[in-house]
Amino acid sequence: MYVAVKGGEAAIDNAHRLLAHARRGDPAVPEISPEQIGGQLKLAADRVMAEGSLYDRDLAALAIKQARGDLVEAIFLVRAYRTTLPRFGYSEPVDTAAMAVERRISATYKDLPGGQVLGPTFDYTHRLIDFLLAAGAAPPEPAEAAAGEGEPMARVTDLLDGEDLIEREVAPDGDTPVGDLTREPLDFPAERDLRLQALARGDEGFLLALGYSTQRGYGRTHPFVGEVRYGEVAVEFVPEELGFAVPLGTIDVTECQMINQFKGSAEVPPQFTRGYGLVFGQSERKAMAMSLVDRALRARDFGEEVTAPAQDEEFVLAHCDNVQATGFVEHLKLPHYVDFQAELDLVRRMRTEYAARRGEASEMKEAAE
Amino acid sequence: MTAVGPGEIHPADDDREIAARQAVMAVSAAARREELDSVLAALAPLPEASDLRRPETGLVMTRGRAGGDGAPFNLGEATVTRAAVRIAEGGRTVNGFAYHLGRDAARARAAAVIDALWQLPGRRQAVEAALAPVHERLMAGRETAARRTAATRVNFFTMVRGED
Repeated sequence: MYVAVKGGEAAIDNAHRLLAHARRGDPAVPEISPEQIGGQLKLAADRVMAEGSLYDRDLAALAIKQARGDLVEAIFLVRAYRTTLPRFGYSEPVDTAAMAVERRISATYKDLPGGQVLGPTFDYTHRLIDFLLAAGAAPPEPAEAAAGEGEPMARVTDLLDGEDLIEREVAPDGDTPVGDLTREPLDFPAERDLRLQALARGDEGFLLALGYSTQRGYGRTHPFVGEVRYGEVAVEFVPEELGFAVPLGTIDVTECQMINQFKGSAEVPPQFTRGYGLVFGQSERKAMAMSLVDRALRARDFGEEVTAPAQDEEFVLAHCDNVQATGFVEHLKLPHYVDFQAELDLVRRMRTEYAARRGEASEMKEAAE
Repeated sequence: MTAVGPGEIHPADDDREIAARQAVMAVSAAARREELDSVLAALAPLPEASDLRRPETGLVMTRGRAGGDGAPFNLGEATVTRAAVRIAEGGRTVNGFAYHLGRDAARARAAAVIDALWQLPGRRQAVEAALAPVHERLMAGRETAARRTAATRVNFFTMVRGED
């Protein structure tokens, strides 16, 4: 427990003035603009959008500037901002099969329909610091090639269609309610819709570590990256007053289809199982980690024994939100003077009792000798 | 705010009418604010547009599907700005709407005016003509992006090792 204390107003004001000064840095260096952050530190803005759970790149960039590059703080700012806005409703589910793909790779099929395109990736770079960037060298023009008619990029999970070797997703009818943890607090056991929502906005580092733990044997699921794709998808919304789907614009998302080792039973023949990741912006690490953890959390569906942290939905879902986590960890900074005084009194009393017992014990010992 | 009944807006819209309107809305949603201002300038003189609903920024919760094609789930919110206007011209009254990602109220209002003008039979052709350069720019941008992506396509070849 912490209690309200008065005082320190001037100190707080001056601390915030000092913060603004520190944020600006050396005045001899040009000030950074949100446009520069959104354009040149795009992946930082993407992370803030994903974990802030609010798609608005300009706002994410501004939050990063305000937070001096502290991404969890920026995520916190974005989450606070969203609470000031009314909710118009829910979009139609985005169709990732119709994505304008900028990147699409598969680790399970070399020649999958639509092919593999690398797009803007760090993969295969040598991870050597590029000093030319410090010198401000202009990059070369991107190469171009005939895009052709564009063979549609079918979902990798549809390729073995008809054989049912890979578990199929079943879309329920349109009226089935979809859980929303921004409206109702999370309750356990949580169904997959709520789990996916929590994971989509969960902390990348936490999910990465959990996904990694499944690879190292803590809830092993034998994963293959069926497909990772990144690009633009259209978002549609049906306003009540119009009654038809209005195109809102496009958003960038990364999707990962993880294919995992088989399950079967007396009734169901063995087939590959699946984990799914979908996140705002370009973040393969997050989408892949999410799909690993999604699959691990499906242990219940497949009658798997829950033995590892990544399979424990309460553990995962209750701790994956970095705004909640930072709030509770950082609240320890707030005045706990009364609590601490109470504990200090307690420990003093215990000391006195301890000393008294020691004294009695040594008197008894002397008496016995 | 005026409540608007759905029947008032599209009394006899058939699917093709709706699809054409959605196409115009999609171009507006992807356009820059200056582009929409130029479109309106090209369509001048314009009748007075009254606000049915002042431009307002709010949230739409975007959805995905488990596995891409399974049960829907809530992916995360997006800022959306909406506007609704009413225009009367030539004895007809139409309501124009816009819902756009982002927080640009002026852009959403301009798009709502464009949506209203498009619904006036006497103006539809001119609206589509004024939007054509925007559409062309968007298509050219998509084409360039697609060509750049295509240049990163992997053409696998298999190296033969050993002898049979």
